[in-house]
Parts: sequence; structure tokens; C-alpha cells
Amino acid sequence: MAQIFAYIAHKGGVVDDSAAELAVAARKIDAAAEVTAIVTGSGGDVDKACEGAAKLYAQVWKFNHADLAYPNAEIVRKLLTDVLPKDGIVLIPHDTFGMDLAPGLAIKLDSAYAPDVVGIDGMDGAVMKVVRQEFAGMAHAHVTCDTAAGAVLTLRPGSFQPENGAVSGSVTDKSGDIGDITAKRRFLEVVEAETGDVDITKADVLVSVGRGIEDQDNIGIAEELAEAMGAVVSCSRPIVDAKWLEKSRQVGTSGKTVKPKVYMALGISGSFQHLGGLKGSPFIVAVNKNPKAPIFQVADVGIVEDILEFMPALTEKLS
Amino acid sequence: MEILVCVKRVPDTAENEIEIKGDGTDIERDDLVYSVNEWDNYATEEAIQIRDNVGGSVTVVTVGDDEAEEVLRRQMAMGADKGILLSDDAFEGSDGRGIATILKAIVKKGSYDLILTGAQADDGAAQVGGMLAAMLDLPYASLVNKVDVGSGKTIKVGREIEGGNQEMSEIELPCVLSIQTGINEPRYVGIRGIRKVASVEIPTHGAGDLGLSADSVGTGAARVKRVDYFTPEMGAGAEILEGSIEEKIDKLIELLKAKGGLK
Ligand SMILES: Cc1cc2nc3c(=O)[nH]c(=O)nc-3n(C[C@H](O)[C@H](O)[C@H](O)COP(=O)(O)OP(=O)(O)OC[C@H]3O[C@@H](n4cnc5c(N)ncnc54)[C@H](O)[C@@H]3O)c2cc1C
Ligand SMILES: Nc1ncnc2c1ncn2[C@@H]1O[C@H](COP(=O)(O)O)[C@@H](O)[C@H]1O
Repeated sequence: MAQIFAYIAHKGGVVDDSAAELAVAARKIDAAAEVTAIVTGSGGDVDKACEGAAKLYAQVWKFNHADLAYPNAEIVRKLLTDVLPKDGIVLIPHDTFGMDLAPGLAIKLDSAYAPDVVGIDGMDGAVMKVVRQEFAGMAHAHVTCDTAAGAVLTLRPGSFQPENGAVSGSVTDKSGDIGDITAKRRFLEVVEAETGDVDITKADVLVSVGRGIEDQDNIGIAEELAEAMGAVVSCSRPIVDAKWLEKSRQVGTSGKTVKPKVYMALGISGSFQHLGGLKGSPFIVAVNKNPKAPIFQVADVGIVEDILEFMPALTEKLS
Repeated sequence: MEILVCVKRVPDTAENEIEIKGDGTDIERDDLVYSVNEWDNYATEEAIQIRDNVGGSVTVVTVGDDEAEEVLRRQMAMGADKGILLSDDAFEGSDGRGIATILKAIVKKGSYDLILTGAQADDGAAQVGGMLAAMLDLPYASLVNKVDVGSGKTIKVGREIEGGNQEMSEIELPCVLSIQTGINEPRYVGIRGIRKVASVEIPTHGAGDLGLSADSVGTGAARVKRVDYFTPEMGAGAEILEGSIEEKIDKLIELLKAKGGLK
């Protein structure tokens, strides 16, 4: 059985939730595997992150270097290409850093690449069977990944339920193995997202509209409904991309994380990046004209209607 | 600046209900509406704007069947200068690595300063750009939502990271960037624009022209393969409200009152 490695994402030494999820995924590949956590960083941060990782993994490899202070995918890729065996199985979170790192790493290691995996069915010899989603979550697919020459997998955040039970792993300082990690891409700075005039993260009730709103002129219909409900208007990403509402209204992984009591998802399909911004198990009402929209799998109440008819009718009834 | 934009023809998920065939081998494709992958429109628009600012040319390329030509024409109607179709039976069944291998071959035939892809396409893989860059040994940035081209050998790019924050980097040319939606406002293409480019010659290359051996692309080379599509066993799922629109509204108001959704 191939060796399994997990890339640990951390911020300032605090390990990300994905670290525990990757540990669960690794056990689905091989219940008996001794998985090695890879922690890169600099100074006190990397030590703290190693401590966090050692609670989840039997072995932790520490890579400490000033150039690793901020995770630059090109630098991390060079490092991993040098230190990992070519036939290993490498697990990486499918977040914005993982998406930047993993495809190129798979090429450099000459490994198979299975992106955005949401489930692992197990191994049959060297062939791993995984579950993915296609067409914006509207179709699930079983996919085989030949791991004979190694494999890199990115795992969708939130897809693997972390288990309780603490490990006390050992940390090995591998910093001496760091070779040439100069990069053609240099990190400059992080520009924080702008804050808008409303704070959707504080609202108890959100009237959230997606591409189903169809036209900028229809935003007013949602505003009227929100007013009648005493709610705040939020939205999915395409509405912000089209500049119909400002960025500070966007719910999702690249927008705001919200914790309302009630979430009205109107003409929103329910992509994982959108749902990733919904926390605290709100009561979700989904209105969508497609009865097969993925949002109905996570909503509490579903209504199959055209939102452009439904919203005004609901507003009228309330006023 | 010579710019290559990789584009893909995909079923339009905003227009279609995706149905899985009874035997799970494919989705029902008969009545599907196809379009250019959403992210690729932003990539093409960005390329056109860069060319209009600093000069050069924009070439759009796709790996696909004969019908894929229509997306090239559409991007040319937007303003791309050239289109290239990469098509061969031997390409069928390629995994992401296979597609990147084919694209690498066409990149090698030209001389590009900047290669753009979309951040992801219909199977949500977000892989081809990063793979292509690594194969070409070029620097790469994914999820790019800002490109600043100056006159030097480096450009400044912004990447979208969690929470909508933006990571700014400096990257050497030539490079590969995968473009995120929202970076610009892709221009509208009307029927007339498409008609204008309807008779423009679009060169097609197969495996032979590209110097690709059959065992480096297609089903045979694929290490990642789809077995089937399936409908997952759903959890409880939503309680679907039935009846007339008035009945649904009455029921919903009751529920909202109980859950604190109405003031
Ligand atoms: C790295 C990355 C980060 C991302 N971050 C985010 C994020 O933070 N937030 C986010 O939202 N997305 C994000 N996305 C985009 C995400 O993948 C989806 O594309 C997006 O969430 C889709 O938005 P939507 O549901 O409004 O549109 P669609 O997926 O197009 O869905 C529209 C829905 O409306 C329905 N509909 C259409 N017309 C009507 C009507 N008249 N009445 C009723 N229903 C109707 C359709 O059936 C469909 O289900 C991100 C993507 C990437 C790659
Ligand atoms: N068949 C293809 N032809 C041309 N470009 C493609 C093809 N498939 C993927 N791409 C490019 O790679 C990007 C990411 O797609 P993917 O890695 O498949 O999610 C797309 O937005 C395109 O720019």
C-alpha cells in the first residue's frame, strides 16, 4: 500500500478544519495507514501548526523556512516535488490554495490527479474509486483513479466528517531537506475585501437571490420582499459578478460567512461554494423552478415556483 | 502581447436541467443547450482588453469535436483574432492531463507571452491551467481576478482567496493564468457579430499535426476515468410544499412565523 501524505493548511499556526477531514479521508483509503502530515511555514507559526497536526496524525513532517511564511503555491510545489516519493498518495484541501498547488504538483510528481473529491469508496488493488460532482452539482459521478504511479487528490471542504479521538504524533524537522525553492511568482500582499453599507453577517433573516432573478431590474422585487419580512438582501456570486449588488452582499466561500436564523434561497442552485458561507444550521427555504436543483437536498422547505411570480405574491400577502 | 485563451464548449447549467441516462453512462444530451464555459468568457474578455491596451493578438483554442468550432466563432465575434480547433478521435476520453498535453502541443507551435484558461469548467475540476503551466514549466496563478500588464517582463496579478480577499503577486512572463469570474464584464455578442465571422477559416489540428502519440492522450492514457453518473441516495431533503401558489405561501408564512423569519 502506498504511503499517504496530507498537506496541512494553517493560518498563523492555527490548523484549518480541513486537517481533520483529510485524516478521515486517508482512513477511507487505507484504514491501517500511518499518514504523514506535511506542515510548511516559518518560525513560531510552523511549530504551533505542527503541534495541532500532531493531534490528528501519527507523523508530522515540519518544513521551516522564511520563504514559506506565506503559502506560495509555486514554492510549496517545488518543495513537495523534492521531498515526496513519486508513488505516494497526497491529500490536499480543495480550497483556493489547494486549487493553486495541486494540478501542477500532480504533473511534477507524474501522478494521477483527482480533483474536488467528495467521497472515497475505497481501493481495488491500485485503483481508487472516488465520488465527484459535475455540472454545478447536478450530477454525481463515480471516478476511478489509477494510483500505481502515485496520486494527488484534492478533497472538498466539509465532505468528510471529522471524528473525535486524539492522536499524539511525533514531529520530525525536515527543514534540512529543503532545496532550491526560488519561484517566478512572488507574493506581495493581501488586500482585504471591501466592507459595504450593510452587514449581512449580523442579519437574522436573509432574502438571498441568485441567477434566477434573471435581470438587474428585478432586484427591487427582492428588496420589497425583504422589507415586508424585516429581512436583509444577500445574494450568490453571479449577482455580484454582474454588478447588480455589491460584493459585501455575497454569501459563500469567496464572500461572507453568514449565520442567520432563516435563509431564503431564491433562484440559487446550491453550489458548495455558496453553501460554504452558510453556518449555524439556519432554517433554509429554497424556491427554485427546477425540482432537481441541488439546493433542495440541503433546504428544510422547498417550493418549486418561478421566483419572479412567487416573491411578489409573498410580499403582497405579507403587507 | 501574444495571448492564447483556452476555451471549452459545455452544457449551459443555467439553461438546462441535467438528467442522467437510465444506465448511468452519460447525461441526456439530446436537448441540451451548449455554450462557452462561463469562466472562459471572462478569460477571453480579459485577453481582448489587454490586447487593446498594449497591442498584440488574441488566439482562442479548444479541444473538442466539430461542434466545438461554434464557441471559437463566438469568441472571435467578441474580438479574438484567431481560432484554432484541436480535434481527433484519438483525443476522446482524455482526462485533465490528456487535455493539458494536447494544449501544450499547440502552445509549443506558437510563441505566447500569456496563456489564459478559465478557473474551472463543467466538471468542476479546475485542473487544466495548472497542469498546462507545470508541463510547460511556466509560472502559474489560479483564480485570477486582476491583471496589471505594464511594459516589463513581469506582470502584477490578483488572486481571489477565501472571504473575497485578494492576494497580490508579481509573476514573470510568459505565464499561465486561470481566470475567475467577476474580473471584468464580458461583452455581449449578438447574432450579427457571429455572422461577421461565420466564414473565417478556422484551422484544425489532429494528433498527427501536433506530434502527439496515441498513448499520450485519449482513453488509453487516462489515469482518471469516470465509471458512471449516479443519483446519490438523498438524506431527508427538503419538505416540498405542494398545492397552488397561494396554498404554498400560506404554509410558508406559518413556518416562517414559527422559525422567527417574520418580524
Ligand atoms: C473558487 C470559487 C469560489 C466561489 N465562491 C462563491 C461564493 O462565495 N458564493 C457563491 O454564491 N458562488 C461562488 N462561486 C460560484 C459557484 O460555483 C456557482 O457558480 C454559483 O454559486 C452559482 O450561483 P447561482 O446559484 O445563483 O446560479 P446558478 O447555479 O446558475 O443557479 C440558478 C438557479 O436558479 C434557478 N432559476 C432560474 N430562473 C428561475 C426563476 N425564474 N425562478 C426560480 N428559479 C429559477 C435555476 O433552476 C438554478 O437552480 C465560486 C466559484 C469558485 C470557482
Ligand atoms: N477541452 C478543452 N479545450 C480547451 N480548453 C479547455 C478544455 N478543457 C478545459 N479547458 C480549459 O481549462 C479550464 C479549466 O477547466 P477544467 O480544468 O476542466 O475545470 C477551462 O476553463 C478552459 O480554459
